[in-house]
Amino acid sequence: MEQINTQKQYDKLVKEKSPNSPILRDCFNAFWVGGLICSIGQIILDFCIFKGMDATLASTVVSIALIAISALLTSLNIFNRIGKFAGAGTLIPITGFANSIVSPAIEYKSEGYVMGVGGKMFTVAGPVLVFGISTSIIVGIIASIF
Amino acid sequence: MHKIGKQTICFDNPPSILEAASIVGPKEADGPMASYFDKCLEDEFWGEKSWEKAESKIIKETVNLVVAKSNLATSDIDYVFAGDLLNQCISSDFGLRESNIPYFGVFGACSTFTESMCIGSVFVEANGAKNVICATSSHFCSAEKQFRFPLELGTQRPPTAQWTVTGSGAVILSQTGQGPYITNITPGKIVDMGVKDANNMGAAMAPAALDTLITHFQDTGRKPSYYDAIITGDLGHVGKEILAEMAQSKGYNINSNYNDCGVLMFDKEKQDTHAGGSGCACIATVFSGYFFKQLKDKKMKRILLIATGALMNSTSMQQGESIPGIAHAISIEI
Repeated sequence: MEQINTQKQYDKLVKEKSPNSPILRDCFNAFWVGGLICSIGQIILDFCIFKGMDATLASTVVSIALIAISALLTSLNIFNRIGKFAGAGTLIPITGFANSIVSPAIEYKSEGYVMGVGGKMFTVAGPVLVFGISTSIIVGIIASIF
Repeated sequence: MHKIGKQTICFDNPPSILEAASIVGPKEADGPMASYFDKCLEDEFWGEKSWEKAESKIIKETVNLVVAKSNLATSDIDYVFAGDLLNQCISSDFGLRESNIPYFGVFGACSTFTESMCIGSVFVEANGAKNVICATSSHFCSAEKQFRFPLELGTQRPPTAQWTVTGSGAVILSQTGQGPYITNITPGKIVDMGVKDANNMGAAMAPAALDTLITHFQDTGRKPSYYDAIITGDLGHVGKEILAEMAQSKGYNINSNYNDCGVLMFDKEKQDTHAGGSGCACIATVFSGYFFKQLKDKKMKRILLIATGALMNSTSMQQGESIPGIAHAISIEI
């Protein structure tokens, strides 16, 4: 083996010795679990419309239902296991957003309800909110001009 | 004591390791080393309200246990050297605040165990103390909370990530006692090879371990074969392989007698711990539980213990800094 003297040589050795994530398996699991979550959403939507709700109300019910289920599964120590298996499959849908708010709320409860739960609740979801809302505003302005 | 070579201290009246104690969490209790520990906890809270309180209780009870096992009174202990991973070492501070023993808070990240033993042994040899305690702790949940994400967040860990050991290990170093003895210490330098991936700590710390290892051999004139076992703290599977290969390239073959506590602690396949264990408690519990008993029973005669630490915090990681590593070696012989 060649002598390692520089950071660049060491970086090469580290890459060689570090196992990679199983990308294909991760993508496959993300695909079918993500698809399943969206299908569940669709079933709730169709059921609501079948019960006589209009489309806007029905889609709101879908969001509320998926958030409630995710929050419940997070608090039961189940969501993290699904997330570990499915990765982006649970992270990308609204389920991931709910989990990212409920999990710090649980974790930081020991620091009190105000500065703990209240202050730290958005530590993970904060960037999504900031950049999501900013993007919506910019898109909204562009849409109103044209 | 006298200094030999570049950075090694050789003891003329080597301090004896009088007693050792270890307490571990439930995941460690499911691992291959479980039968060697003094106490295995059934849950991570141990009746406390927060992870931090639980970790404090673990180090407190481990220190109480090591004193009880040694048949000494608490008043016989002159100083305690302890540290952990939580900001400002609160687990040790809070855990030992009622101990009534003069206290040094030590921080060397996961190298804290041998760092405290280095300092403690110098105190004992220099006649500054008759008996000292060296202890460290870590807790998976409190470490995840401080360094990574909330436990309930549904994320995936990369294969190079390591699992922080929940537990604590403590030893008593003494002027009296029948050994094993600390004969040499080689405190390490900070070594930074530019690794920035907080999920690959083994790779970040391996160059520091290599530096200390080679310096130890050069300073003492010993060869790897002098030791029955060369043990690193928490390089894990990735770091262990890197260290063994780099040592070989420098002319030191450690393949036959080298192992890592992060590798020994968990069953990688069954326990889903990826690259192995980490944390201050990793080497502290494995040494106190397993290697100390091997030395006591004379199944091993000479070991080189090298605890490795990653000197970073969450702010430095977010600011894009690389991770400097450190490693302190102590040779223990009977």
